[in-house]
Amino acid sequence: MTGPRAKAPTREAAGQPATAGVSGSRRSRPAAGGSGLLEAPGSEELTRAVEQLLSAKEVVVACGPGGVGKTTTAAAIALTAAVRLGGRVLVVTVDPARRLADALGIGGIGNVARRVPPEAIAATGVRASGELYAAMLDMGESWDALVRRHAPDPDTASAILSNPLYRNITRRFAQGQGYIAMERLHELHERGDYDLVVVDTPPSRNALDLLDAPGRMQELFSSRLLRWLVVPYRSRLVNVASRPFYQVADRVLGSQFLEDLASFFILFQTMRDGFVDRAEAVTRLLRDVRTTFVVVTTLEAVPAVEARQMIAGLRQRDFHLGLLVCNKVLPRALSDPENGRAAELLGSRGADVAARIGALTGAPSPEMSARVLAEVADSFGNFRLVAHREQELLRELSSSHELTSTVPYHPGHVTDLRGLLEVGATVFGDPVAPEAARRGRAARAVTPTGRATGASAPARPGKRVRPPQSDEA
Amino acid sequence: MTELLSHRLLFVTGKGGVGKTTVAASLALLASDQGKRTLVCEVEPKGDLSLAYECGPTPFRGRAVNDRLVAMSMDTEAALREYLRQVARVPVIGRIGPVARAFDFVATAAPGIREILTVGKFCYEVREHNYDLVVVDASSSGYVVGQLAAPTGINELIRVGVVRTQTDWMLEILGDAARTGVVLVTTPEEMPVSEAIDLAGRLETETPVHLAAVVANRVLPELFTRGEEEVFDLFQKPEPLAVISGVLGARPQAVADVLGAARLAVTVRRDGAVHLERLRSGIPAEVPLLYVPYLFARAHGLRAVRQVAQSLSEEIGT
Repeated sequence: MTGPRAKAPTREAAGQPATAGVSGSRRSRPAAGGSGLLEAPGSEELTRAVEQLLSAKEVVVACGPGGVGKTTTAAAIALTAAVRLGGRVLVVTVDPARRLADALGIGGIGNVARRVPPEAIAATGVRASGELYAAMLDMGESWDALVRRHAPDPDTASAILSNPLYRNITRRFAQGQGYIAMERLHELHERGDYDLVVVDTPPSRNALDLLDAPGRMQELFSSRLLRWLVVPYRSRLVNVASRPFYQVADRVLGSQFLEDLASFFILFQTMRDGFVDRAEAVTRLLRDVRTTFVVVTTLEAVPAVEARQMIAGLRQRDFHLGLLVCNKVLPRALSDPENGRAAELLGSRGADVAARIGALTGAPSPEMSARVLAEVADSFGNFRLVAHREQELLRELSSSHELTSTVPYHPGHVTDLRGLLEVGATVFGDPVAPEAARRGRAARAVTPTGRATGASAPARPGKRVRPPQSDEA
Repeated sequence: MTELLSHRLLFVTGKGGVGKTTVAASLALLASDQGKRTLVCEVEPKGDLSLAYECGPTPFRGRAVNDRLVAMSMDTEAALREYLRQVARVPVIGRIGPVARAFDFVATAAPGIREILTVGKFCYEVREHNYDLVVVDASSSGYVVGQLAAPTGINELIRVGVVRTQTDWMLEILGDAARTGVVLVTTPEEMPVSEAIDLAGRLETETPVHLAAVVANRVLPELFTRGEEEVFDLFQKPEPLAVISGVLGARPQAVADVLGAARLAVTVRRDGAVHLERLRSGIPAEVPLLYVPYLFARAHGLRAVRQVAQSLSEEIGT
């Protein structure tokens, strides 16, 4: 491995001294006057620690609960690393939203890595010191490639690939997707084409499945079941250990199906050595000093529980947890006591304010102004509750871990490189300058029709969650 | 349209993280409140259901949440034992433990076996009329089609055996729109809505089960009417801001932050509205779209389940 990363600091040097300082300084930092609502709590220590971490590592595995923005975070980390730290960086995504895939230039392609056009990055106004590549993880294609690699000869490979059970089994094997993601990661890392590989992980039924996937793959091949299945039919009934299994299985599934299954596994067994060796190598890579895990979560109750399990699971398995990213965090201005007091005053004295302000704004009536102000005060109270809850969860989660980045909530979906850079900047601990935040709000690719829809809001009072056109449905 | 809770079997699904479990728990609670004997089952035993009801572990054999509501978690091995005992009438062998473990591997590898055991358990409860309603906190979008399509697929793969003979009555229950339906949960965001629309289509073409309802969860309230919003926009200009902070005796920045929070709320709501419109036009017109408001005060636990149940009750019109 050459390039700028060859001299990167070691794992020991990265991050550790900043540990206490990061969360400490972040919490003690007052909400600076003039800060926009989208201000991210960043700090120089966090920036340094994240940069050191990503310089020291060659493999980053982004994991966490479903629906928290894992894919976006992985892409943002990769892009920001390419821009700031240089080198050749690859992001492997599992299931990006179409517009994100298009932004990365990987819409509709399979396993091939493509370079994200440098012009596209330059168009965002930043100068990238490195190169960004992106690839999708195509499950079917990856399995086929594995079979071709591990089968003893091309005939066996095509026999497996054309077996009717093959597709079903590979698609449904519970740990299959996780295994494929890890396996691809290993392959890409082994090839040595990239300085840093960031891999997004597929949603798993259980967060920890992913970590155990390579082990399970080994287990499958060495399982007694597989041995039973591949023994010739006649000797099965003689085998004392397997007889009860066959009695039950024959009755339930029918022996024809078992025969089909057996013949498939006999073929599959030919790949045993290749698969087992490979699974061991994948596990080694995940434990390697050059690999780090990034846990991504939101600060909602259920995802946070899963994130906590994930963190514990990583520890237990001796994997390196480099960074915790808390995504979609509400603005800290909501938790500011001074703002809270202002909102309460607004709630109690809305009528006074409305009476004074009428002439200035040309509001149709003081009543309407009062209603608006009451709504503003209520809304602040509602969101403050959520923000408080988030801060509490953040405290809990980050106490269990050294490096924590918070990415502020932003309306709309990140669909372009500019948006990814903004997310990346907050992951890297930059405070978002109010000016940039405002610009970001205006420039971000929020679905343009959004405004039109909002403008047609119904003229009726009261809180409603339903759009008017569906009321009668 | 069949009234939602008059179904006998409801599969609740959606993208991970949209609040599937809360909606499933709420529907079940609502049904039990209406006097129905209700079973609610978590297919992926992560303990979310137990968190939702705050009732302690929900094992396969079930836990009574109230007089009429039982919560359980799926366990394929236990389902296999039950299946062998009750349906296939295979005498239970003493040393079934290791056999069942081995079977678990086959179930993992063999297409549809695990799925058919899971779905079979629910169909069985319906057929035996052990409950008036079975609510399934099903797998997320990625897996649920496989589960619901398993009984159909199994006919093609397994030509003889007990499993084969079971699929006919299962398919009859699953395919009956009056008895069985899917409740698709989503939130007003890009990915969950895209996935919901995609899933609605796949359910239609790949499974025998009908889409009974779509739930839009965590929908933010509308703060302002159009006229009010114009007034609100004016308030954010420097002069009105100064007046407000003068009257309140608060710093202008604090007032700006408070107004800014409302602006954020309006923007988020508006982005969500776009996705909800896309959702409405992306699912069949006859499928009801039920709105559940964002819960500010409680995000999870029994209190949240009750509130969601209340909202669903109003939406269903019960």
